[in-house]
Amino acid sequence: MGEKRFMKGNEAIAEAAVRGGCRFFAGYPITPQNEIPEYFSWRLPEVGGAYVQGESEIASVNMVYGAAAMGTRAMTSSSGPGISLKAEGISYLAAAALPAVIVNISRGGPGLGSIQPAQSDYLQATKALGHGGFHAMVFAPNSAQEAVDVLYDAWDYAERDRNPVLVLMDGCLGNIMEEVELPPMKELKDEDLPEWSLTRRNGRDWQGNITPIYTELILEGINAAAGDMYKDWEENDVKVEEFMLEDAEYVVVAYGIASRVAKEAILNLREKGFKVGMIRPITLFPFPKKSIKNLDYGKVKGVIDIEMTIPAQMRDDITLQVMERCPVYEYGRSGGCLLDDEGVYEAIYEIVSGGE
Amino acid sequence: MAEYKRSTLIADAPSGYCPGCLHSLATRLVSDVIEELGQGDNSLNVISVGCSALNILYWNGDFLSVAHGRAPAAATGIKRTNPERLVFAYQGDGDLAAIGLAEIMSAANRGENFTVIFANNQTYGMTGGQMAPTTLIGQKTTTTIYGRDPATTGYPMKMCELISTLEAPVYVARFALNSPKGVNDARKGIKKAFQLQMQGKGFTFVELLTNCPTNWHMTPLQTLDYMNTNTIPYFKPGVYKDTEVDEA
Amino acid sequence: MIQINARLCKDCKYCIRFCPKQILETGTTRNSKGHFYPIVNAPEKCISCGICATMCPEGAIELPAKGDE
Repeated sequence: MGEKRFMKGNEAIAEAAVRGGCRFFAGYPITPQNEIPEYFSWRLPEVGGAYVQGESEIASVNMVYGAAAMGTRAMTSSSGPGISLKAEGISYLAAAALPAVIVNISRGGPGLGSIQPAQSDYLQATKALGHGGFHAMVFAPNSAQEAVDVLYDAWDYAERDRNPVLVLMDGCLGNIMEEVELPPMKELKDEDLPEWSLTRRNGRDWQGNITPIYTELILEGINAAAGDMYKDWEENDVKVEEFMLEDAEYVVVAYGIASRVAKEAILNLREKGFKVGMIRPITLFPFPKKSIKNLDYGKVKGVIDIEMTIPAQMRDDITLQVMERCPVYEYGRSGGCLLDDEGVYEAIYEIVSGGE
Repeated sequence: MAEYKRSTLIADAPSGYCPGCLHSLATRLVSDVIEELGQGDNSLNVISVGCSALNILYWNGDFLSVAHGRAPAAATGIKRTNPERLVFAYQGDGDLAAIGLAEIMSAANRGENFTVIFANNQTYGMTGGQMAPTTLIGQKTTTTIYGRDPATTGYPMKMCELISTLEAPVYVARFALNSPKGVNDARKGIKKAFQLQMQGKGFTFVELLTNCPTNWHMTPLQTLDYMNTNTIPYFKPGVYKDTEVDEA
Repeated sequence: MIQINARLCKDCKYCIRFCPKQILETGTTRNSKGHFYPIVNAPEKCISCGICATMCPEGAIELPAKGDE
């Protein structure tokens, strides 16, 4: 069985990645994710992997690009400002059809923003991780354990799709300590290396080449195939937690740290007789559209978007599925100010008790 | 020369380079040396952005095409995970000395065990001949139409000189490809760099002075003369660092 | 004796300039790309030094091994 440990979210991410087969990490220091590269720096050499501290986020993601082309399970991590710098490399990963995992432990933005936790990168993560109109699967775990589960399997998705995978968490989840159950080390054999990888020329009679640039007709085909892939994700890969929806008159939509605070508030409101439920997207892309679209709007009187950022960034995605069948409300804190039990409780209470 | 046969590492077709382009000669030279070393199947060309990207359609060996200026970073990821492969980045002067300055200096400083072939033609050829960090003082480009003025654009960057100040690199040299002697010296330099890499010695850097007949607005033959009178006096060919001087 | 692969030539004239025996000159026919390519005007004077092959950017000039000619 799994091995139980008490770990910081960031360290749990790194250990789970190693157990999931990650053998290359390059990163650049930025708060609040520093425990990730720090952990990898000693852990990867223990398992025969390589760690490089890049001269920048740009260099780091391009080191990952190189390692990924060799079929190595490779990863980089950063926080908002650094993810902006990695945007170039992430776009190239998508263009070159290379699997890799990128972790964003987000903080207040825009700009240098603040070093405190915030869910300020939803739009960047789900709409435009880089130029050129591509998407990556975006996972938003809400606990160290769920982060472990996501990281452990992240390369299975990335290699299946030959596309980068983004894990979006905030500085809270990266830094709180929780008990986690760690899965066993995945044993990856040389024969399991993807056949497109540039690893072994010997014995292969075809030219190995990987490129992020194409002639226009080929690129159009690649764009169309990507579009089909995104539709497949929506059919098959949506992960969502639906909580107390059966009789809900109000439905909170929240992910990551916000969902944990919201759940507390919902339980307290239930004790007072208010019928509140929650939809928690675990994949932000593909977004759990059906969960919101198929709510019983004969019963549901309002949907409440709770995020640790102002203005709410997920609201448009929610509104598109609600289709004006009920009001959509939003509540949040921002800039690095944390959502707290009382604030979230009061905000929901005001809506469900007919304050509007 | 006893015998010369065109390498099979380049396509059996004309390159994408303009007539008289020494980039084309540089590519051919690298392919010759790799074949001579028997490393054709083991080599991996990290192709950068600029005219060097024409090699995507010309290079027959394995390659990875990467973002502008990032070839040394990508090569780091490759070599750290696959140390047995012969890895080289092929970069132009805009790619290496401007947008990729952090990547090249840092890879050199880490002593990464791969080779960088640096084709310096003092202009951004692919985009139509804009000023590069290596453009000579007074040289006309589409963004310095009266000639490069150091008062606003500074001076041409000397990459061999810069890189040779670092502790880690084992071989740093510059050759001019505008004469048979220069080409033969370059061939030896490239071979030495690859051999040092194969021995695991560390970072090797070979700068090749090239031309751009199209954007210099000269005939190929005129560019060779221009290089003699202008380029070579500023970018002096020579071995700038060689920690393994008795070997190879 | 050198062999010129006319198909690959782009008419840069480097081979002509550097031939120590001055036995190369631009020919009067074009290849499929529209370039005039060099011809050897005095084959008996070729010393097989390979300088033309050294300078050819395209690798369009080869020097066969003795006996392969």
